[in-house]
Amino acid sequence: MARTITIDPVTRLEGHARITLQVDDRGALVAARFHVTELRGFETFCEGRPFSEMPMLTARICGICPVSHQLCAARTGDKLLAVQPPATARGLRQLLNLAQICQSHALSFFYLSSADVLLGWTDDPDRRGIFGLIAADPELARAGIRLRQFGQGVIERLAGRRIHPSWVVPGGVRSALTPATRAWILEHLPEARRTAALALERFKALLDGRLQRDARRFGDLPSLFMALVAADGSWACSDGALRIVDSQGVIVADRLSEDAMPSMIDEAVEPWTYLRFPYLRARGRIDGHYRVGPLARLNVCSGIGTPWADREWREFRQRAGAPVVTSSFAYHHARLVEIVACLEGIARLVDDDSLCQGRVRARAALNANEAIGVSEAPRGTLFHHYVVDDDGLITRINLIIATGQNNRAMNLALEAVAREELPWPIGPGVELPAQLLNRLEAAIRCYDPCLSCSTHAAGAMALQVQLRGADGQVWADDRRP
Amino acid sequence: MAVVTLHVDGMAVAVPAGAPLLQALTAAGVTLPTLCHHPRLSPVAACRLCLVELEGAPRPVPACVTAAAEGQRLATDTPALRQGRRLIVELLFAEGNHPCAVCVADGDCELQDAAQRVGMDRVTVPYRHPPRQVDASHPLFLLDHHRCILCSRCVRVCDEIEGAHVWAMAERGGRTRLIAGLDQPWGAVDSCTSCGKCVAVCPTGALVTREDVPLSPWPGP
Repeated sequence: MARTITIDPVTRLEGHARITLQVDDRGALVAARFHVTELRGFETFCEGRPFSEMPMLTARICGICPVSHQLCAARTGDKLLAVQPPATARGLRQLLNLAQICQSHALSFFYLSSADVLLGWTDDPDRRGIFGLIAADPELARAGIRLRQFGQGVIERLAGRRIHPSWVVPGGVRSALTPATRAWILEHLPEARRTAALALERFKALLDGRLQRDARRFGDLPSLFMALVAADGSWACSDGALRIVDSQGVIVADRLSEDAMPSMIDEAVEPWTYLRFPYLRARGRIDGHYRVGPLARLNVCSGIGTPWADREWREFRQRAGAPVVTSSFAYHHARLVEIVACLEGIARLVDDDSLCQGRVRARAALNANEAIGVSEAPRGTLFHHYVVDDDGLITRINLIIATGQNNRAMNLALEAVAREELPWPIGPGVELPAQLLNRLEAAIRCYDPCLSCSTHAAGAMALQVQLRGADGQVWADDRRP
Repeated sequence: MAVVTLHVDGMAVAVPAGAPLLQALTAAGVTLPTLCHHPRLSPVAACRLCLVELEGAPRPVPACVTAAAEGQRLATDTPALRQGRRLIVELLFAEGNHPCAVCVADGDCELQDAAQRVGMDRVTVPYRHPPRQVDASHPLFLLDHHRCILCSRCVRVCDEIEGAHVWAMAERGGRTRLIAGLDQPWGAVDSCTSCGKCVAVCPTGALVTREDVPLSPWPGP
């Protein structure tokens, strides 16, 4: 009996989505699909606006990582002005990005995913989530909340507001680091480091125990990985060049400028989701899918560049026992390693007072009509592409968001989990395992998708859900205009 | 100078004869939200936010252009006036495109202040979402028609103080819009001295200084 298993809505994500599993007459899995059912339309209403407004306007795409959009928009603005922001401004932008990645990863790990990771799969649904963690491990829950607060505190003190600050501008930033903010960061860093150490300790103990199998096999799939790396190949979140490795760890492209993005990446659309599917043109729609984000960043880099994070990074790679880590579950571990990298990066940046002085903004008039900016957001590589008229008004804009780039991988991860969890082929009257739904949701949550960001694009695409039999005949068709 | 005595919400105040009623309100400690009024510019009574009820008058009168006279009795805070003021502000929001959250004037906007003053917690009339443009042709300043409420302060300051008369209103009714020169791009209008007075008096974010202005060399007027 052909049937569709639907999970709607998927919880503990930033946004709204639905998962369907399609089963054919013989009881075999046909497809697992992650349907993103919301649409934003940001690209359309950016048109006609001044490019200098983009850091503020695109930041409104998302309340979780507004800073990432601001940084990317400002970077694109730098290129339209054809200026290099002063060194102080570059350092300050990096500091802001590290704080942003830290707070977002803390949100993902402690608030959204801790139940999947720390509480076990079959736990009472009512106790899953941050409240479950508070009941089970109040010390860790409190520390996790405080860690996110630290990241947000850095953003607030540096940029004036916790969410949607307007501090980053094309050409630099609006103000330097104040001694008071520097002192606050130095005062609170030790607690944040203790939290990261505690979370890593708990998590790694589970990897050696209950989560041993999941660590290797949960949502395991081959793919390419893409991220920014610094000039020496080390982990980078702001300035850097793109590197792509395959699932064997072979570098297939390196030192790529973001300017190559339009010729390198295309975006496929499917009628059943608002979320696009970016892929590498050279490899085609199916083989060209790649992953971005914490796992990709740790897979493509040749080190982090700070001592503790380097140790954690080496251990992370060694645990996989393979040249690169391909399990979706490893995203959680990667986030913890990146939190360490962020905290050490923040410590290094505020270590001297060079960020408290000097010029913070380069000024110029418009000097280019087209520019592409790139930045590493918490969820992965973020591209902003603007075309402006001679007055600096946006005539064309394209935003390629991390979650979109992980779209194919999320669908494949769902399929992998479904194959693992159900006794295929499914016969009539099969009992669905109680933990199936949780694990499917958890497969998506590995990628910490931000659906608000990734469905920013307006288009004429209708939402369509179809149930097809083995002979291709449409059994049921539901579409939303 | 002849002085007249009149009553504002029951309070007796004395002001020079012929002074605008707004001056009497100020003397009585009453401040009404105003958008088109500017103390240095001639009054035009365009926004209608300063309407007051004048005993014996058939309809509310704008306090900015009505002359004070002996024995007048004014009411400034009746339910009908409150309702009218709120509706006026709602209509201003609905008529243009005012996304405060991403506006450069957020937190420093007289329209936003007026909305708070009249207790506008939502807009009850349908938004028009008009398709408007941004004029970014001037090297120093930017005109965002989306946020223009047609108060005409810029028109008056350019005419009465700077003497350049760059600005004017074109068309009528709901299609009325601010134009520079003879409906040219602002940057193409030779008579503009780039003094910035229009930007200084704009109550909203319609006329603003560009973000991407190079400090040096100064483009100059």
